[in-house]
Amino acid sequence: MEYIKAFIVGGLICIIGQIILDNTKFTPAHLLLTFLLSGVVLGALGLYQPLVDFAGAGASIPISGFGNSLAKGAIKGANEKALIGAFTGGIEATGAGVAAIILFGYTMAVIFNPKTKD
Amino acid sequence: MDKLNKNDYKKYVDKKVPKPTYLRNMIMAFLVGGTFCTIGQIITNILKSNGLDKDMAAAGTSISMVFIGALLTGLGLYDKIGKVGGAGAAIPITGFANSIVAPAMEYKREGFIFGVAAKMFTVAGPVLVYGIGSSVIIGLITLLLR
Repeated sequence: MEYIKAFIVGGLICIIGQIILDNTKFTPAHLLLTFLLSGVVLGALGLYQPLVDFAGAGASIPISGFGNSLAKGAIKGANEKALIGAFTGGIEATGAGVAAIILFGYTMAVIFNPKTKD
Repeated sequence: MDKLNKNDYKKYVDKKVPKPTYLRNMIMAFLVGGTFCTIGQIITNILKSNGLDKDMAAAGTSISMVFIGALLTGLGLYDKIGKVGGAGAAIPITGFANSIVAPAMEYKREGFIFGVAAKMFTVAGPVLVYGIGSSVIIGLITLLLR
């Protein structure tokens, strides 16, 4: 059941993205930013977390889930450590992903060469 | 041809521009995006059953999914998934990893500093700037509202 919920909610989020992609001049990069910022705003308003609680990875794997973690982390930081926490909270909450992106992104780019387009 | 006015020309162009196959694209985005999320859920559950708490499992899942996305991009497979899945491949965090590895790989011949390390952030840079920037603003707003 957990897997079905993750599949359906994650799939639906991607359908919204596909509709935007097909009907606007958005590139995938615009799409990433739009979903990230939607996640930040919804997360800050407390509207995204219920979706994560319901669908698990279905809501946290899309980049909007990354935005939600940033917003949640910043709020938690601000509440616990005041001004310093407001600065550190977002990065603290998403640090694992960002560090992984830098390490694996760099390593893979160094190891592999681009394939010739077919 | 040369007697076409602006409106006629626009109609002509609209006729020639290939119509995206909306329904098919949506179904493929659903299936591909859903699959990535299900893989994420499987990893989360494996980590949890190994005794990690909720936050640790979420962090471990992000790390694993980023690894998968970066590896598939390196192997040249993510391009193919992206062609089929569209937004279904772009929106999951694996797509974020792809947006980092692809340009970094492409510009390797420009060196490891201004090629790989700089181009890694062609898309990731804006994502981090707006993401982390807005998180700090939200933190500050939280302080003001207390």
